[in-house]
Amino acid sequence: MSTTLALPLPRAPRPVALLPLAVGLLGAAMLAGLLLGPARVGPDGLLAVLAHLFGAPLPAEYARDAAVLGVIRAPRVLLAALVGAGLGAAGAAMQGLFRNPLADPALIGVSSGAALAAVAAIVLGGTVFGAAAGLLGLWLLPLAAFLGGLGATLLMARLGSIGGVASVATLLLAGVAVNALAGALTGLLIFMADDRQVRDITFWTLGSLAGARWQHLPVILLLVGLPSLVLCALARPLNALLLGEAEAYHLGVPVESLKRLAIILAAIAVAAGVAFTGLIGFVGLVVPHLVRLAFGSDHRIVLPGAALLGAALLVLADLAARSLAAPAELPVGVVTALIGAPFFLWLLRRSHGGFGR
Amino acid sequence: MIGRRVLPAALAGVFAAPHLARAGGGRLITVGGAVTETVFALGQGDSVVAVDSTSRFPAQAADLRQVGYLRALAPEGLIGLAPDLLLVSEEAGPPQALAVLRAAGAPLTLVPDQAGLPAILRKTEAIAAALRQDGTALARAVQDDWQALDAPIAALRPLRAIFVLSAARGAPLVSGRDTHADVMLRAAGASNVVRGFTGYRPLSAELAASLAPEAVVMMDHALAEAGGPDALLRIPALAVTPAAASRRIVAMDGAYMLNFGPRAAHARRDLAQRLHGAALPALPARSWT
Repeated sequence: MSTTLALPLPRAPRPVALLPLAVGLLGAAMLAGLLLGPARVGPDGLLAVLAHLFGAPLPAEYARDAAVLGVIRAPRVLLAALVGAGLGAAGAAMQGLFRNPLADPALIGVSSGAALAAVAAIVLGGTVFGAAAGLLGLWLLPLAAFLGGLGATLLMARLGSIGGVASVATLLLAGVAVNALAGALTGLLIFMADDRQVRDITFWTLGSLAGARWQHLPVILLLVGLPSLVLCALARPLNALLLGEAEAYHLGVPVESLKRLAIILAAIAVAAGVAFTGLIGFVGLVVPHLVRLAFGSDHRIVLPGAALLGAALLVLADLAARSLAAPAELPVGVVTALIGAPFFLWLLRRSHGGFGR
Repeated sequence: MIGRRVLPAALAGVFAAPHLARAGGGRLITVGGAVTETVFALGQGDSVVAVDSTSRFPAQAADLRQVGYLRALAPEGLIGLAPDLLLVSEEAGPPQALAVLRAAGAPLTLVPDQAGLPAILRKTEAIAAALRQDGTALARAVQDDWQALDAPIAALRPLRAIFVLSAARGAPLVSGRDTHADVMLRAAGASNVVRGFTGYRPLSAELAASLAPEAVVMMDHALAEAGGPDALLRIPALAVTPAAASRRIVAMDGAYMLNFGPRAAHARRDLAQRLHGAALPALPARSWT
């Protein structure tokens, strides 16, 4: 099974400066995300706000520009970059770990678990979690989604390992089972939901960065940024794993703990991101492929590349989401899927047989 | 490096709530069907620059900028329209987006948006206060019209009815307790036979047979989507009811019937009249209906 799903072995990294390129792209995307959008901020407003940052008084006519840049866009762009990086890195790690081109963070149950808990918070928020809902307010849903996503992944990792050994095939099947169970429970909650809650659920599952606030960012840095960095540091053992589990073991890679660590880090990064944004599809699936196609499958390139490119893609997708339908807003998951699905189809056609050998 | 670490905190403090002036008149954004209707009824319609997708009355509202569905508001889109006042139904969301709007110092006023006469008076008062207008005349007129119907409708035999939200796919979705439709049915001299749940849920054929509604009330577009009265009454859950035997289906404009804005008294009269087939006293013509 593992041989039929094997990714191509790492080629030597091309002498292309991917990382500077990706950093530049991300920087440009973030600058565009900060400067562009439906609320127009002129160069004079930008200058006034910049001067204000360095202590100059803010003229009253630029108060709106300051609010748009400082309260709405800046935290939003940073949230998009961090969540996109987390999805990209987690997707790359899962594809490497499962040696399966179709692997993405959803495979380990994190998305469906987070969705189940978020839907529970939406439907039962007022009644079952009454006291907690009052205490936590706007933090109830993110907290529930994070714990739900992490819980589903831990369950899947537990069910998928037999006698302390987690075979890739068993893990995959455990993921399928956990996803099915979470889906069924979500369906049960949707049945209990009223019309308005069903609409809220629908929008949550399509993703949005509209709720981004500065106070979310420390949490996101800790729970998305940090695990993504650590995932990037797992590049070498993941490279060894591409040779096969037995081969990696003989190369001195602690295969079982590597699997556990990568799965849990990916789950934390994705669950925390999804908790604040709702489900955002295709970044975790498509971006690692893009990097692999362009720069080979060395994880030392693929992991940071997917993180940087995922960040840039989500920042740009969010810019499109809030600009295209202005003054309304498209769900960002719709934008990423609109970009991602055709690209993925093209990828499948182009590389037919390439992954399957 | 230190600068980078303190930047977010500094930004958050620096940009906190630059309060914009609330002008009577000015640029208004109204979110919620009843909110928009009330603003127009108060004569402030010319100030409205944008509305949400549930604001479909009066006709001028259709020509305004669209800010999208009221449960999926976009902070930057709204602020980009440079409103002097955002009058938003408390039904609007998501709460995270409203929190961002507040943090950005947007001139946001939430309006209570429940069903029933006391709720209409409350929302009229809240909207008038936010606009610095006198809402007494409007509130009094709606109250007079509504109460003029109390005695004639109380004299009618209460009719067993259900409200069908949609019947285009699968089992019909019907309104239970705590819905705007439930309040309007009872106001129009009908009893909502669906008491077993709150909100809108699918109705099974067995339950429909045991509830035995004598009339089906729908929004006109939902009836059209269901394929008209004949197709509707062929749905198993409805075919077994007395309403199907007597073909008593009342379809009305959804916003008119369920917004609980300034037109609610007239909607109550029209619905009661069509449900019972009885003539009710005419209400005075009002400029906002």
